[in-house]
Amino acid sequence: MKTIMNLCAAVLLLVMPAVAGAGGADMHLDKAPVNLQDRASLQRGVKLFTSRCLACHGASFMRYNRLKDIGMTEEEVKKKLELPEDVKIGSTMQAAMDTNTAKLAYGVAPPDLSVISRSRSADWLYTYLRSFHTDKTRASGWNNAIFPNVGMPHVLADLQGELELKIENQAGRESLKLVLVSPGSLKPAEYDAAITDLTNFLVFMGEPAKMVRTNLGMIVVGFLLVLFVLVFALKKEIWKDIH
Amino acid sequence: MMNLALKLVGWIDQRFPLVSTVKAHVTEYYAPKNFNFWYFFGSLALMVLVIQIVSGIFLTMNYKPDALSAFASVEYIMRDVQWGWLLRYIHSTGASMFFVVIYLHMFRGLMYGSYRNPRELLWIIGMILYLALMAEAFMGYLLPWGQMSFWGAQVIINLFSSVPIIGPDLAILIRGDYVVSDITLNRFFALHVIAIPLVLVLIVVAHLVALHHVGSNNPDGIDIKKHKDASGNPLDGIPFHPYYTIKDSLGAAGFLIVFCSILFFAPDMGGYFLEYNNFVPANSMKTPEHIAPVWYFTPYYAILRAVPPMFGSQFPGVVAMGVATVIFFFLPWLDRGNVRSIRYRGPIYKTFLALFVISFIGLGWLGLMPATPTYTAISRVLAVIYFAFFLLMPWYTRIDKCKPEPDRVTFK
Repeated sequence: MKTIMNLCAAVLLLVMPAVAGAGGADMHLDKAPVNLQDRASLQRGVKLFTSRCLACHGASFMRYNRLKDIGMTEEEVKKKLELPEDVKIGSTMQAAMDTNTAKLAYGVAPPDLSVISRSRSADWLYTYLRSFHTDKTRASGWNNAIFPNVGMPHVLADLQGELELKIENQAGRESLKLVLVSPGSLKPAEYDAAITDLTNFLVFMGEPAKMVRTNLGMIVVGFLLVLFVLVFALKKEIWKDIH
Repeated sequence: MMNLALKLVGWIDQRFPLVSTVKAHVTEYYAPKNFNFWYFFGSLALMVLVIQIVSGIFLTMNYKPDALSAFASVEYIMRDVQWGWLLRYIHSTGASMFFVVIYLHMFRGLMYGSYRNPRELLWIIGMILYLALMAEAFMGYLLPWGQMSFWGAQVIINLFSSVPIIGPDLAILIRGDYVVSDITLNRFFALHVIAIPLVLVLIVVAHLVALHHVGSNNPDGIDIKKHKDASGNPLDGIPFHPYYTIKDSLGAAGFLIVFCSILFFAPDMGGYFLEYNNFVPANSMKTPEHIAPVWYFTPYYAILRAVPPMFGSQFPGVVAMGVATVIFFFLPWLDRGNVRSIRYRGPIYKTFLALFVISFIGLGWLGLMPATPTYTAISRVLAVIYFAFFLLMPWYTRIDKCKPEPDRVTFK
């Protein structure tokens, strides 16, 4: 009993800071339905990523041939992602536009996206990419509900369509709501699915090792549990004469 | 074959005290038989030290201590180095777990009076180890060269510049520059991988030598050497090997289950072991909205922020923070109780110890939070409790009604 209480105390000490407060922005974020097992989704995600994001953003720690982890052969990578002749399969993903030009165009250098899913969360990315709205006060004509005055315009507007930020008055309480005013080529559910794919890919790219990490963890922890039982039995045997 | 091995041992023993050393420290080192759960953390700290050194050596093979390539080299390790991600997560998880283990190890000392005569020097050596560990962790945290690495270091080094007269020069001496820069990164790398680990290992050896010289304390806090058998060994003592080698192996296996669960399933521990903002490369032009040190420093950080600036200087807070760490050194002389162990202490000590634990954890939590007026007020109350535990100790331990200690250790 005592040992159990002691154990509890130790565990409490350990997890205390983790439970205490998550911190961060107080914006409401939608839950991103990330699923790294879904290779088709990851492959759709990388296609969207290279065709849309890579124009301005780089992913300078991500190599094209690493896409084998999501089930793409080198041939598929070259063909499906339409790699230019001069881009080698082992090279990292570089932005089409150079940083200075982008900085002049948008006011800020577009950040590298290799580990963006680790600094921002998957939920943040999923919400952010679905929260662009028109704003006449901005030079680009766009703003974002969870990233006010963001430099980036809504590059996926042709897919999502145009949203407006409207103030809703419900029982005297004002709340902000994004309303679709002119539809894009995708239905809202299809757009959300496309952003899910993209977020999924960004999460993979943030930590490719995650694909093997948890599986390996099961084996390692499983081994340790068996080891613990064996060592426990051995300890009992060796200590049986101590009274 | 056996004969040959014996001959070899004999050959060595004529030239090196092999057998006697093994006897003195392992097979004939008598430890009390009543160690409980809390006594695992000493050997676990040693294991984590080894884990950190070995994983650190392999990380060094691919890490680049250069402001322009440090961040990228860490990502290179995470992606392109075979098993690099595993090494990096072992090292980052190990850093936090080192402090978990050390804090529990120190708490054990507080509970059972392990710092009391004749173990004052053992305690002091341990405290030097703790300070060295903090320096090691602080410098290591700069190396990934993310935003939190950079700004955390910036904030902590700036504290030194609040020292009167020599402050600004002292800060420049530490950084080697006017701001945290490539030069700072290089010297922190040198200190992190060579200087402090060397010191740590040497002091660990001294810690063990001192321990084996005075003998281990135990949960009853009584001296097992008072009752010896005919051959002069304590009746309540058992040889370290095989009894504690196997028991500590059990502790190690249990610890590794926790360690690997974090490592494989939640290596960033919700942003507390690896802060999210540290995945943004260091940028001296962009101050993050909220700078918090890693969790193991936050109790002291909260104390620093709890002290209001005086005469326009942060120095009083810095002093309070320094005193909060160094005050542990004086415990052996602050404690005037008749007994060592909490088992035989009266209600006053137990209350103070409980309040101290609450204040330490509470301050740790507050140190992670932004400094709002409410939080600062709570920090002040907790900081007063923190210091009261030490400063009032000579009085409350003396008036506390202790229970009689048993003659022999309680076992089972």
